[in-house]
Amino acid sequence: MAGYSLEDVNNIYFDVLKEIGNIGAGNATTAIASMLQIRLNMNVPKVQLLTFPELGSAVGGEEDQVVGIFLEVGSDISGSMMFILTIESAKFLVNKLMYREADAEVKFDEMEMSALKEIGNIITGSYLNALSSMTGLTITPSIPYIAIDMAAAILSVPAIEFGQYGDHALLIQTEFGDDVLIDGYFILLPELESYAKILSSLGIQM
Amino acid sequence: MLSDMIKVGMADLKTGKDNDIITTLGLGSCIGIALYDSATKIGGLAHIMLPDSTAIKNNSNIAKFADTGINELLNQMLAMGASKSRIVAKIAGGASMFEMKGLSNIGNVGDRNAEASRNTLKALGIKLIAEDCGKNYGRTVELYCDTGKFVIKSVGKDIKEI
Repeated sequence: MAGYSLEDVNNIYFDVLKEIGNIGAGNATTAIASMLQIRLNMNVPKVQLLTFPELGSAVGGEEDQVVGIFLEVGSDISGSMMFILTIESAKFLVNKLMYREADAEVKFDEMEMSALKEIGNIITGSYLNALSSMTGLTITPSIPYIAIDMAAAILSVPAIEFGQYGDHALLIQTEFGDDVLIDGYFILLPELESYAKILSSLGIQM
Repeated sequence: MLSDMIKVGMADLKTGKDNDIITTLGLGSCIGIALYDSATKIGGLAHIMLPDSTAIKNNSNIAKFADTGINELLNQMLAMGASKSRIVAKIAGGASMFEMKGLSNIGNVGDRNAEASRNTLKALGIKLIAEDCGKNYGRTVELYCDTGKFVIKSVGKDIKEI
């Protein structure tokens, strides 16, 4: 791992991630739309390189409740991935999936958490599929883990992962929706060795 | 009396005095370390992310690590006139936000952060008088520099004071 830091990697990685984000979010939108039988549009994702204090408030206030879906990835690359949904978006998706009124009360009981996990599975799976087909690398996700808590507390998990390599984190924001805008955030955390693998499989020399 | 709210970010540390309230929002697996000298009413709060600066190459941000962060916070408070023999510590955070089993580093980093904080305090000879660490939920903390009370707020739980 001689000669470059995560900051260097991130600069090159930026456009690549944006493209992967674009395709991945596109796939996810299609999958969610067909599962819920609703019409969804997607905006071009925004990729941001953030310092840790910025990351804590990047998805709203630090104390705003969000849903975090976290999974590990293995095989050709190793690392982890997180998908964050605002609580409003999560409620909307759960209600849609469970054939209820869009504004029905959601208590996040076992049934609803399991529905959310399924949504998380589809969204992260679509994203990883995009990465996998672009790079030709085999990427295997673990089962998803889920938590609902203050945004800064959820984000401390990827922040700590990034913190081992540098002082910034990469965040991809995706907006999709029709009547209701669904706000989601991807954080992909390959281990440092895996960055090089992803880039070289795309023909980018470090 | 007017109070000033001083905000500490992730991998950050701040000091305060008298009516200041030092806060950090939404601690997850990170640790909030509050140091306090009751005689001078000087307080400090560090929000550390990782246990050990010596285990990591990119360690220029000293507030990011338990060892260097606590040292720096102590030095800043001593420079303000606090006395090391009177300073006591309270810590909170170090949660496992996702209940994962058998995962290498990610799952237990909260525990390791708490342990490293305790060890650093011990090595510096600072007494740890209260803590609220572990479990699986986030915590917002506030250190009141006039009294030294350390208030902990979590989603769906009663406000705690240690």
